[in-house]
Amino acid sequence: MVIAEIKPFEEIKNLLKKYKKILVAGCGSCVTVCLSGGKKQVELLASALRTARKIEGDDAVVGEKVIPRQCEPKFVDQIKDEASQYDAILSMGCGAGVQEIADRIENIPVLPALNTTFIGMADEQGQYLEVCAACGDCILSMTGGICPVTRCAKGLISGPCGGSQGGLCEVSKNNPCVWQMIYARLTKLNMLHLLKGMYRQQTRTVHPRKMVREELTSKKEPTKGV
Amino acid sequence: MGFREALSSGKFVITAEVGPVKGTETEGLLEDAELIKEKVDAVNVTDLQSSVMRLGSMAVCHLLVDRGIDPVFQLTCRDRNRLALQSDLLSAWVLGIRNVLALTGDHPTLGDHPDAMPVFDLDSVSLLRAISRLNEGFDLAGNQLKGAPAFFPGAVVNPGADTEAALEMQIIKMGKKIEAGAKFFQTQGIYDLDLFEKFMKRVEGFNTPVLGGIILLKSAGMARFMNKNVAGVFVPEPLIKEMEETKDKVKTSVKIAAELVKGMKDLCQGVHIMAIGWEKRVPMVLDEAGL
Repeated sequence: MVIAEIKPFEEIKNLLKKYKKILVAGCGSCVTVCLSGGKKQVELLASALRTARKIEGDDAVVGEKVIPRQCEPKFVDQIKDEASQYDAILSMGCGAGVQEIADRIENIPVLPALNTTFIGMADEQGQYLEVCAACGDCILSMTGGICPVTRCAKGLISGPCGGSQGGLCEVSKNNPCVWQMIYARLTKLNMLHLLKGMYRQQTRTVHPRKMVREELTSKKEPTKGV
Repeated sequence: MGFREALSSGKFVITAEVGPVKGTETEGLLEDAELIKEKVDAVNVTDLQSSVMRLGSMAVCHLLVDRGIDPVFQLTCRDRNRLALQSDLLSAWVLGIRNVLALTGDHPTLGDHPDAMPVFDLDSVSLLRAISRLNEGFDLAGNQLKGAPAFFPGAVVNPGADTEAALEMQIIKMGKKIEAGAKFFQTQGIYDLDLFEKFMKRVEGFNTPVLGGIILLKSAGMARFMNKNVAGVFVPEPLIKEMEETKDKVKTSVKIAAELVKGMKDLCQGVHIMAIGWEKRVPMVLDEAGL
């Protein structure tokens, strides 16, 4: 899932300073799961904003709305009418959510309440770990399902550097050396031979990327221009 | 005789290392190089060692060439993408630099500009491929060069990797480096000759010369610091004790290093002495080791 963290409250408050009517928009997908922008967080943030503005003698109308996915036009369109009653939308979606809203609702400013950080997975200790760099050239079949492009600080794909100590990464001593994890996993799978073959010069992607589904595009109008 | 010739002659090869300073001052470093010149077959020049911004390796290598010293140009993947790496290699060649040591490089977060963007477009293995490709007269994109270099490429290996997995992977990667073109290896600092002997047995089949790394101990504190912070370096307690109890640190340091050199003579093809500021003592070490 996409992992995001809520911005410091002061920063959010400053972003909204000049607006009287604010719609706090949550997203029911990734940011709900990582407890950053779901229904609960929308309620808490909206209420905190109302209180803060009241204390400052600058009352604001703060509405709340959560849609299943902010990154899909059909869901964003569902809030178009309601949003038109507000001066600003505070999106608690990831960066894609904020931009999808900006793309669909052109006459109202959209502001981010979150910092989108990475594509990650949850562990059992309430931690979210970055595990996929969306590099566009997946090698997980070679590495026991553990990604060195993302989880090695140097993104090394032909084996570890010489810097690990006691199985820990030299860059962040809280992190295991991902190559040690790969080694352990491949040992269990009896697939250590894969390590010897691991060599590839990484290809670098040019941003922004695009994926085209021909079966969908043929039915629809082309993407609108600026 | 240059470094490449020395290695192929079968003699026990000696390399040392100098680290450029932060700034434009080169006198001290060149003085050190002159002092050790007659005693060594090549002098490595580090590339922003420990990710600390400094004078560059290529310029210093060139100064060494001017003084009749065969330098080993250390080149890391930390700060340059594949365009810059290949271009710097061509530049190094026209400046008379013949030996390259390909390294991945430390991460910038460990140095004095921790917010610098880490590049790592290539790694040590793909950099060796790039060097081999340039030697063949082509760049990484397959374009033909007008005038090709003929570098003597080398790489590093860490025989002291502290877990079984880490050591196995060091050896696997060593094999990849050889496939990619590495013709010699220099190792991380070694203090335990028994462990090193075991390592050398493991890599015998590679038939590629290994120069065992020797770091001059300056104090007991330095030894403890390395044990805690430098991956693959382990100074055994008796040596730390010797450094602690000695009245003459230089003498003891030189004695320890000389014993390591002597011990390595039967184990590998040469030594790489990292004096880290004590370059002037390198001739003493070699004298005491009978070289």
